[in-house]
Amino acid sequence: MKTDTIAAIATALSDAGIGIVRISGPEAISIADRIFCNSRGKKTLSLKASHTVSYGYIMDKGSILDEVMVVLLKAPHSYTTEDTVEINCHGGILLLQKVLQLVLCAGARLAEPGEFTRRAFLNGRIDLSQAEAVMDVIHSQSELALSASMNQLTGKLTSVIRDLREQILYEIAFIESALDDPEHISLDDYEKRLTEKCGLFMQRIDGLIASANDGKIISQGIKTVIVGRPNAGKSSLLNAIMGEERAIVTQVPGTTRDVLQESVSLDGILLHIVDTAGIRPTEDIVEQIGVDKAKEYAERADLILFVIDGSEPPDQREKEIISLIGQKPVIVIVNKADLTTIVSDEQIHSFFPDREDLKIARISASEGTGISQLKKLIQLLFFQGTVKEDSETVITNIRHTEALREARYSLSMVEQGLQKHMSEDFYSIDLMGAYVSLGHILGEEVGDDLVQEIFSKFCMGK
Amino acid sequence: MGKISEIREQVDVCVVGAGHAGCEAALSCARLGLDTVIFTVSVDSIALMPCNPNIGGSSKGHLVREIDALGGEMGKNIDRTFIQSKMLNVSKGPAVHSLRAQADKADYTREMRRVLEGQEHLTIKQAEVCRLLWKQQDRYKSVVGVMTFTGAVYECKAVILCTGTYLKARCLCGESITYTGPNGLQAATYLSDSLREMGIELRRFKTGTPARMDGRSIDYTKMEEQFGDERIVPFSFSTDPASIQKEQVSCWLTYTNEKTHEIIRDNLDRSPIYAGIIEGTGPRYCPSIEDKVVKFADKDRHQVFIEPEGLHTNEMYVGGMSSSLPEDVQLAMYRTVPGLENCRIVRNAYAIEYDCINAKQLYPTLEFKEVKGLFSGGQFNGSSGYEEAAAQGLIAGINAAMSILGREPLILDRSESYIGVLIDDLVTKDNREPYRMMTSRAEYRLLLRQDNADLRLRKKGYDVGLISQEDYDKLLVKEELIRGEIRRLKSHVVGAGQETQDFLRSHGSSSLKTGSTLAELICRPELDYEILAPMDQSRPSLPRDVVEQVEIEIKYEGYIQRQLKQVEQYKKMEKKKIPQDIDYDDVLSLRLEARQKLKEYRPLSLGQASRISGVSPADISVLMIYLERKSYSAGGK
Repeated sequence: MKTDTIAAIATALSDAGIGIVRISGPEAISIADRIFCNSRGKKTLSLKASHTVSYGYIMDKGSILDEVMVVLLKAPHSYTTEDTVEINCHGGILLLQKVLQLVLCAGARLAEPGEFTRRAFLNGRIDLSQAEAVMDVIHSQSELALSASMNQLTGKLTSVIRDLREQILYEIAFIESALDDPEHISLDDYEKRLTEKCGLFMQRIDGLIASANDGKIISQGIKTVIVGRPNAGKSSLLNAIMGEERAIVTQVPGTTRDVLQESVSLDGILLHIVDTAGIRPTEDIVEQIGVDKAKEYAERADLILFVIDGSEPPDQREKEIISLIGQKPVIVIVNKADLTTIVSDEQIHSFFPDREDLKIARISASEGTGISQLKKLIQLLFFQGTVKEDSETVITNIRHTEALREARYSLSMVEQGLQKHMSEDFYSIDLMGAYVSLGHILGEEVGDDLVQEIFSKFCMGK
Repeated sequence: MGKISEIREQVDVCVVGAGHAGCEAALSCARLGLDTVIFTVSVDSIALMPCNPNIGGSSKGHLVREIDALGGEMGKNIDRTFIQSKMLNVSKGPAVHSLRAQADKADYTREMRRVLEGQEHLTIKQAEVCRLLWKQQDRYKSVVGVMTFTGAVYECKAVILCTGTYLKARCLCGESITYTGPNGLQAATYLSDSLREMGIELRRFKTGTPARMDGRSIDYTKMEEQFGDERIVPFSFSTDPASIQKEQVSCWLTYTNEKTHEIIRDNLDRSPIYAGIIEGTGPRYCPSIEDKVVKFADKDRHQVFIEPEGLHTNEMYVGGMSSSLPEDVQLAMYRTVPGLENCRIVRNAYAIEYDCINAKQLYPTLEFKEVKGLFSGGQFNGSSGYEEAAAQGLIAGINAAMSILGREPLILDRSESYIGVLIDDLVTKDNREPYRMMTSRAEYRLLLRQDNADLRLRKKGYDVGLISQEDYDKLLVKEELIRGEIRRLKSHVVGAGQETQDFLRSHGSSSLKTGSTLAELICRPELDYEILAPMDQSRPSLPRDVVEQVEIEIKYEGYIQRQLKQVEQYKKMEKKKIPQDIDYDDVLSLRLEARQKLKEYRPLSLGQASRISGVSPADISVLMIYLERKSYSAGGK
């Protein structure tokens, strides 16, 4: 269908020693050349023969980002039958993402789910039975991507994007209604108003890009706090997670007797887990210190694991913890699944009435069951479940960043048009571009939005 | 029905209705050599303009230009009969410049009738068509003729329905309801039932028109005068601009006020719409004054345009104040408007309801998917406006002819014309109100300008057979002149000498560091082709329309290139055809909703499929792989 050049991280997002960024399409080699230098500082990939490996560096603004081996596969002798470059980087999620970002900035487009395989099929590279499988992959992935992006974008980000889109659409509708009905609606002095608005739009998008870019969670890990009443099974949960994962990174000493911190790498995602003292009103001064500390940690946490004893009815203590959690990302863990569980999902949902997508895990910390389900939920919560083996998809964060960048570019074209005093009908096209790009983040198609907006907001003639 | 007539005739094409769609449909068939009959309930109402007295306007002007480029009649007819002409949006970019002309309505009708009467192979027949004759052939029906009210039968190979607002029409003016078509003309009461019998689904739309005033009762001193353009641009590419420069009449601008709105609000319960008597869906872009007052309550006034209906009448059209309120309320309301204090109404405003179809029953050729040989165009297809109607009539006529002659159909796509956008929207989207063309509906509008409609479409009109060799040769010359001049401007370098710098400074333009081509200078916002004349000694003398193209191509090259790139992507999907015998149940992993929609719309290409609401990008991928697989196994690729 498309003959542009696509790129994605081809290996699973993990702390493996090596990760691969794959580029495919007519521009693959020239794009790689833009960011690759051999050891003598020369850009030479385009001169190399097919099926060769080149040693060199990935350069980011003049400095070396990583030492890499680049595999060159020229058309038609590659998986997709297009020119393909595979950059073998050192592992680590953050590094791979940075390399991918450079590739995208150099002119590639982020691959859609299943796109390499789709190209392979459409170019006649794989057979019919494989094609059937691809259809299912495309389906499950795009639906997953959609629901995932909706899940992840709970709260603030969604509303920020929606708000931005609405404002942009309003401006387009205003311009369009004036163009369609020049005798009723005037565009006098509009240039100035839009210049201001456009500046504001870009500022907000820049802010979003910056926040998406800092890769805080990936590089620094997820600050996780385990809360729950005494004896709910907090410590055994911690032990179960630690026991499952051999890769203990550090054991932080110097914590108080009530707050214990451990760090663990969970399929490449770094968790810093704090086990808190049981929370309950107490007169005991020593215990009080622990409780205060727990509240403090909970406030700073990226993720709260709320452990409930599934064999006992919830009471006042749970209510207090819920108020402590507030709007933080939370996974409710119903422990003691090996005993008779009397706490239902409905009951838990009723504790969090405003969270439709509340995540609940049922485990037995002592038996070690349900831990893998919990890990999946954590991945889903932070990476939308797209951290998968053998998948070309990468975390949707990059997809979002990419969409934001496209929107930003469109708005900069609007600004350019305004500076050149182009007429409204030119830059309204770029405004529409920004609107469409932002829509990709929400998984929304454009459809008849504009026509609806024009008719609902502006009184047209005749 | 009346007595059975003995008359039985054989023709090629029957066109039902002689409005703007019917006229274009009939003319194109007859001009392609097919024996054609055009039926109308009133020969005196051929190409009637029952609402606004103008042709063109934003995006509609584009349609007229395109109709003309393809060999239609509308542009030529308005060039012969306009009484004021204006290019709208001239302060905006060239893509949204739009020509609009006030017509002398009676002249317009008379001229079109003259053209029809002079057309070889074309017969005009005053009769109400009551029934379609058809036969079942395997899975499909085919139309074989029509029967009129008197029982006369016309056997034919194709029927084109252009029934406008006449099917089971009823007009509402407050509490008083008449069962007539527009302007008191006879409604067509029987055809709807015949269409239903054939399995065609009908629905009900409504529209409306404002009152006409006695010009002597209007006080123009209280209104702003609106003049036509000094230099008149014709609609038709075949009209010599010099031949149409003439005296023009004025239009007048006034406003409603709080008092007007108060009267309307106080009487809303007597409006058939607000009282729930009207069931049809009306257009939002052409709202009645009641709608405007209710929906935009914060606006303290609305514009009212007073436009002449013609040179031989003093009737004036009150644009902006269509209404279905009762007569007494109308009069009171109009009389609150400055200049209309003593107005006398000649014709009341009214709303009209009529049967039409959801055009998803049509292919983009405007042929019914379920009935071979049956085509339709105009308001019957759920559109509104004279220009939209004419455009569809032309395409329906051409495709009826192509099908009879065994030639390839003419389907224009969204990247080459507004007509393509119009028809694609009609047959692909779920339109819930009469559809009006708007420039915002055209994604590639920088390419679809009214100034280049001939460059885009004349060749297609020539290939079809509606454009003469002479007109086509003119186009080839024009193309060559444009190419040559662009080449020259891109290669002609101006040195950075003192004379040049002085010239640039005098036009507020920054000085040159090195030599620059004339094309580069034209790109500067403060300069243009005209201004640069003194710097360009070797400039050939070129016609105005050539200069216009050269200038636009150079000045907006960046934007145009970007749109061309988008079009490239779009075309790839349009080129992927979906065979009409596809069994969507055989396509695994399609979602249920998508499967239903695809079965219902039966799109011709993946591109069209992707625009159906309810069909997701993932469904398109699934469909694409299915089709590729089919063509592999058929050894197609």
